[in-house]
Amino acid sequence: MHFLSHRGVLHTPSSEITSRAAYDGRRDMLKLLGTGAAGATLAAWAARDARAQPARPGKLAPLPGARTALSGGMTMEKPTPYADATSYNNFYEFGTDKADPAQNAHTLKTRPWTVAIEGEVKKPKVFDLDELLKLSPLEERIYRLRCVEGWSMVIPWVGYSLAELIKRVEPTGNAKYVEFVTLADPKTMPFVGSRVLEWPYVEGLRLDEAMHPLTLLAFGMYGEVLPNQNGAPVRAVVPWKYGFKSGKSIVKIRFTDKQPPTSWVKSASQEYGFFSNVNPAVDHPRWSQATERRIGEDGLFAKKRPTLMFNGYEPQVGQLYAGMDLKKFY
Amino acid sequence: MDSTASLPAPAASPRAQRIRPVLLHPVIKPLLFALCLLPLAWLIYGAAADLLGANPAEKLVRATGDWTLRFLCITLAVTPLRRWAKQPALARLRRMLGLFTFFYGCLHFLCYAWLDMGFVFDDIVRDIAKRPFILVGTSALLLMTPLALTSFNRAIKALGAARWQALHRAVYAVVLLGLLHFFWMRSAKHNYAEVAVYAAIVALLLGSRLVSAFGSRRRSGGR
Repeated sequence: MHFLSHRGVLHTPSSEITSRAAYDGRRDMLKLLGTGAAGATLAAWAARDARAQPARPGKLAPLPGARTALSGGMTMEKPTPYADATSYNNFYEFGTDKADPAQNAHTLKTRPWTVAIEGEVKKPKVFDLDELLKLSPLEERIYRLRCVEGWSMVIPWVGYSLAELIKRVEPTGNAKYVEFVTLADPKTMPFVGSRVLEWPYVEGLRLDEAMHPLTLLAFGMYGEVLPNQNGAPVRAVVPWKYGFKSGKSIVKIRFTDKQPPTSWVKSASQEYGFFSNVNPAVDHPRWSQATERRIGEDGLFAKKRPTLMFNGYEPQVGQLYAGMDLKKFY
Repeated sequence: MDSTASLPAPAASPRAQRIRPVLLHPVIKPLLFALCLLPLAWLIYGAAADLLGANPAEKLVRATGDWTLRFLCITLAVTPLRRWAKQPALARLRRMLGLFTFFYGCLHFLCYAWLDMGFVFDDIVRDIAKRPFILVGTSALLLMTPLALTSFNRAIKALGAARWQALHRAVYAVVLLGLLHFFWMRSAKHNYAEVAVYAAIVALLLGSRLVSAFGSRRRSGGR
């Protein structure tokens, strides 16, 4: 048995931990394979395979996370190649072309970094990044990511449920929404000030959405710290909503009683709603949302794959929207 | 496009006289043909060698669109350049450039219909109706089609120079539609820097025609 040291903390390597997903996976495989001796051998092999971590890209500092046990937290789909996930980004502070952030984001200074928790909370506090990293055990979660533009990826994130942070700052009875304010530093972000959007980029969630265990506060991906172009050092990941709902490089989280005016709603409210749940049945006014292209996986001439309701997370999050007209609240 | 036949022979400078035999050399046309195929060759190579980035389909659709607009500008530059450099021989190359514009336009539509729409006819029709910028682009391509179909010598003869010329003035509408298509596509991200460059080039190309039309009217004493 060996241990990985990270910032002086000894972690049991995540591959040594039998997560619930792996346990469930093994049970499923056992069911499939039967209970014979040959079946058991094959099941052990399958379990070993399910535990295997994707190889680290080796580009940035390691940030290991234990495989999550959360329902829906570990899609079995193939993760997008790291090179694609880090070279095809929407991060307008560094340019509107999807190749721009990878080229321009090296100027972003991710240390020192603080995140201020404000508004309708009993314990407002300015967290240092290191404090946030230790607030709750880091987990690895493999989520589908669906962009409103019609493409998708599969990303292994490292972080913990935003709910862990929310519980510690104790929202008041007035807190109904959570607003994420992201960095807008014209010195390091060359396109802050461009007329595309209002800066800083602001996103928001209803409190129950923010408290949902799938809503992730992410510090890393592919077993390493976040690359700048992917929202270093800390970002939100809301896997059942279009990607733009997941704010990058967050500096402030504010709890409010009113729905926060988010950047894309302010810019084009007829095209982008506050909820922006992935929904193949509700088209963007200018294009269909019924299908998507999986980056790095679907061949050039492959038919686009159908988009899933709530990006495939309907069993986990569907009840949040019970009785809501999703065409009206797009 | 205006015809070259009716223009008086320009007084050629010694430098212009040196260039003329080069332009008339039999290797010029095959050479230009090969040059015009280079963007396509690069894109095919890029697709095969996986050099087109994370979303090669999107790259192919956009690159073929870029090249259509570029060839359109190059084609429209032939006449002003011919007048300015006093090189009537340049006019020999205009048809090929025009046909390559149409060729890249067709490739652009093919990439969109195949890679984006999977050749599903109903989806394409719905998409054209849903997205004005695609309707504009499709219109530009449709408008280019009769020009390409009447580009050979017998068509010019059959139509008569005046009617052929009138028909081929549609290229001005094509370039404006192409520019609008590009502008609209970029409007989603308010990213107009490149659009402005193309708009300036097109303004220059069309403006030079206005100037020379005005000039020749003055020379002929007006009508």
